[in-house]
Amino acid sequence: MIQGHQSWVFKSKPTILGCGTVGGPFEAKGALAKDFDLLHEDIWVGQDSFEKSEKKLLEEACQIAIKNAKVKKESINFFISGDLMNQIVISSFAARTLNIPYLGIFGACSSSMEGLAIASLLVDNGAAEYALCGTSSHNAAAEKQFRYPTEYGGQKPPTAQWTVTGAGAAVVGKGNGPKVTSATIGKVVDMGISDPFNMGAAMAPAAVDTIEAHFRDLNRDPSYYDIIATGDLGKIGHDIAEEILKKDGFKFQEGVFKDCGKLIYKKDQPVFSGGSGCACSATVTYGHFFKEIKKKKLNKILVVATGALMSPMSYQQKESIPSVAHAVSIES
Amino acid sequence: MSNKKNKKLTPVQQEYQNLAKAKEVKRNVLKNSLKAFLVGGSICVFGQGLQVIFIKYFKFTEETAGNPTSAVLIIISVLLTGFGVFDHIAQWAGAGTSIPVTGFANSIASAAIEHRSEGFVLGVGGNMFKIAGPVITFGVFSAFVVGIIKVTIKWLGGM
Repeated sequence: MIQGHQSWVFKSKPTILGCGTVGGPFEAKGALAKDFDLLHEDIWVGQDSFEKSEKKLLEEACQIAIKNAKVKKESINFFISGDLMNQIVISSFAARTLNIPYLGIFGACSSSMEGLAIASLLVDNGAAEYALCGTSSHNAAAEKQFRYPTEYGGQKPPTAQWTVTGAGAAVVGKGNGPKVTSATIGKVVDMGISDPFNMGAAMAPAAVDTIEAHFRDLNRDPSYYDIIATGDLGKIGHDIAEEILKKDGFKFQEGVFKDCGKLIYKKDQPVFSGGSGCACSATVTYGHFFKEIKKKKLNKILVVATGALMSPMSYQQKESIPSVAHAVSIES
Repeated sequence: MSNKKNKKLTPVQQEYQNLAKAKEVKRNVLKNSLKAFLVGGSICVFGQGLQVIFIKYFKFTEETAGNPTSAVLIIISVLLTGFGVFDHIAQWAGAGTSIPVTGFANSIASAAIEHRSEGFVLGVGGNMFKIAGPVITFGVFSAFVVGIIKVTIKWLGGM
């Protein structure tokens, strides 16, 4: 049901029945390692290319989510997935393996919440009984496509971020568990940042725009939520977003406004500004936050996944980086 | 950011860019330069040592010893690239490892390793010079231009 200009309120309260999160070796050393369902010690995951390993991660996350949701794979109506690789091959190839009717989406790193929002909408409207949404990213595969070869010795600036190797998936349906209560679909915002090593600053305005739209549409203020988490802004982008929100009159209590990219790794890991990638918000939401809600440590959260909608070609042609953010609220 | 680029932006964008600029963590230019100087310098001292060894023990002259010296440096940096160590050293050293011949070797080796999954011809062959290519293209072109200038000066009786 539409509320305000760009938000959906899910009246029938679609439920996240089960989640699956998979991570790589670097995530295994991270701050949220215990919240992953499966961790690999090898970034190749036993495959012969980085792209195949990412596909494997996504397949595993989906399978674990289906298992945890205690539903039959055959009863899932739709699979909604997106990733960062060209032509979203990872999602499409995983869909080939899963053999579930498939909708491919692209919102860069915002694909995680875009998928969850669409899955919840389908279930809420009765267009699906069960919907599976997933997303993945792979550090080496993303570096290969967007930046330089993994072993290339180029120095990265402190504004750079570390793409999470992993995948997260969730089964949405009707039943017991954390409910998806609303979603706000974001506008594409471009503030003219063109440095691909400063994605946080490029995406921060999109996050701010969506968060403000969410509160405006739903007539809420930040005190409604226990946690408001941006997807992968990193230290720099998150600081910027917080400053703009404060300037616009939104007050957060201590520890409410967080960022998945800042949560996922430990302070001593060399990740520059923080984590990024589709799997960043997906694994933190479906792993960490989902478990915290189930344990009743958290009641109401808002996840605002942010995506930088650029391609390697667009920045070579000196285009700036347009960004988008989608917000989904999950309540116990 | 240059002013010319800024002019194309709307006032809101400009205001945001200023905020983002202020939040950006500054690179420590002095520290980075010092690191680059130390590492780059050490590589050169090591290369000089190699050259002395080639002259002293392998009967090379000062003119010919340069070739085996760079070959050894190239082999070492390619091996370090293959073992996955080079990029970590380079993150610390910055220009210190990328300016000497070691950086050039690393750019070719890393691209070759990266694209091995697309096969030898289209993958390795097609992508090996992805990063080094511009260096070669413009290196050859500059050499050509400088060569023409030298010949012209000679022709005019300058040298």
